Amino acid sequence: MSEIQLRPHDRLVDDLVARLEPVRPLPSPGRRALVWAGAVLALGLGLLAVLELEGLRGPHPAEAPLVLFGAVLTALSAAYAAFATSVPGRPARWALLPLAPAALWIGASGPGCLRALAGPGLEAPHAPHGCFTFLLGVSLPLSVLLVLMLRRACPLRPNLTAALGGLAVAAAAAALLAPFHPQETTAVDLMVHGATVLGVIGLNGLAGGRLLDRSRR
Amino acid sequence: MLLILAPETRPDALFPLRPRTLESRPQARGGAAMALEERLAAAMRAAQGGDAEAYRALLRACLPVARAAVRAQGLRGEAVEDAVQDTLVTLHRVRASYDPARPFLPWLRAIAQRRAIDALRRAGRRPREVHDPAAYEAEPDARPAPGEGLEARERAADLARAVAALPAGQRQAVEELALRERSLEEAAALTGRSKGALKVNLHRAIKALRASLAGPGVGRPGD
Repeated sequence: MSEIQLRPHDRLVDDLVARLEPVRPLPSPGRRALVWAGAVLALGLGLLAVLELEGLRGPHPAEAPLVLFGAVLTALSAAYAAFATSVPGRPARWALLPLAPAALWIGASGPGCLRALAGPGLEAPHAPHGCFTFLLGVSLPLSVLLVLMLRRACPLRPNLTAALGGLAVAAAAAALLAPFHPQETTAVDLMVHGATVLGVIGLNGLAGGRLLDRSRR
Repeated sequence: MLLILAPETRPDALFPLRPRTLESRPQARGGAAMALEERLAAAMRAAQGGDAEAYRALLRACLPVARAAVRAQGLRGEAVEDAVQDTLVTLHRVRASYDPARPFLPWLRAIAQRRAIDALRRAGRRPREVHDPAAYEAEPDARPAPGEGLEARERAADLARAVAALPAGQRQAVEELALRERSLEEAAALTGRSKGALKVNLHRAIKALRASLAGPGVGRPGD
């Protein structure tokens, strides 16, 4: 029996050993989520320098702090879940983590939606495409950063991980929008916000899934 | 891809464990599994630090674990070893994603299971000719056509009858020169006839056979 038959994977093992270089283990999912959240915060602080704080003027709806809290919590938990599911051997149940915060975020937005639909009509006091531009403009760099960070791990369920990342990005963008957006929302506002958030999650799920799939690389 | 043709490399061949007799008891098996987990985790930590020998031992010890995980997903035959190799390559590429504070085996098995699922999906996407009616109809059959053997046997019987009906000198020439493929010298020595007589007899025999086998009304122009 030949040497190859005795140890059928020896050539591959030798090749991998020859290419071995020391690596630094990735930080834990929680630490990586905090690093990303730090980048979100830095982006928000950067926006302060160029945008007016329209959201802090005028009367505030009672549910506004709860909506903001829900969005922040959703962003953090979804980011943690995305990083957790990017590590082999971690249970997929982590994907359920952002469900409760997302329910809080969406549920707290409900009264505002009803008021907007029954209120002053579809005429917005400001241009709604501004919200769209803001949400997309913020989501793009946050998505790129998150995908780059997730790619360093090994997402075995790339579409799930990317969709969680999309949820984190959309929630973070919505949270960042709050201080810069007038508090009196209209139906058009809500439609633009909702469509943009869903679009960000969907695009991340589709494009991010391909970018994160290591079997395609 | 290199394919396996040999016995598996057992983890305990690389990491000596307790005697086999103890492993038959569930408690002992659990202890052995824990020992294996600890040794593999330690080897992976060393490999992350750049220890080549620890890495070599780790990769070899991962083979049976990966193989079992891949088979558990339903892969069989050569595809198992391909998926095992994919698992090792993935392990190498993403070794930084292993957290030294966590168990190693779940990390490895998750990668192996995923590579097995990828292999199953690839196999599912590969077109199969058996489902293509046009290809199925166009596939040539290597076996002889129906009735081909019967015709051959009939032709052989006709030829044998025609040869048997020849005069003795012509029959001898055909049998020795054509059927047994002897040389003129050998045939002349065996039959006691001259080479010239054999040649003439063979020529006449062929002419007679052609006439008798062509059938009535069929013959060469001029015959």
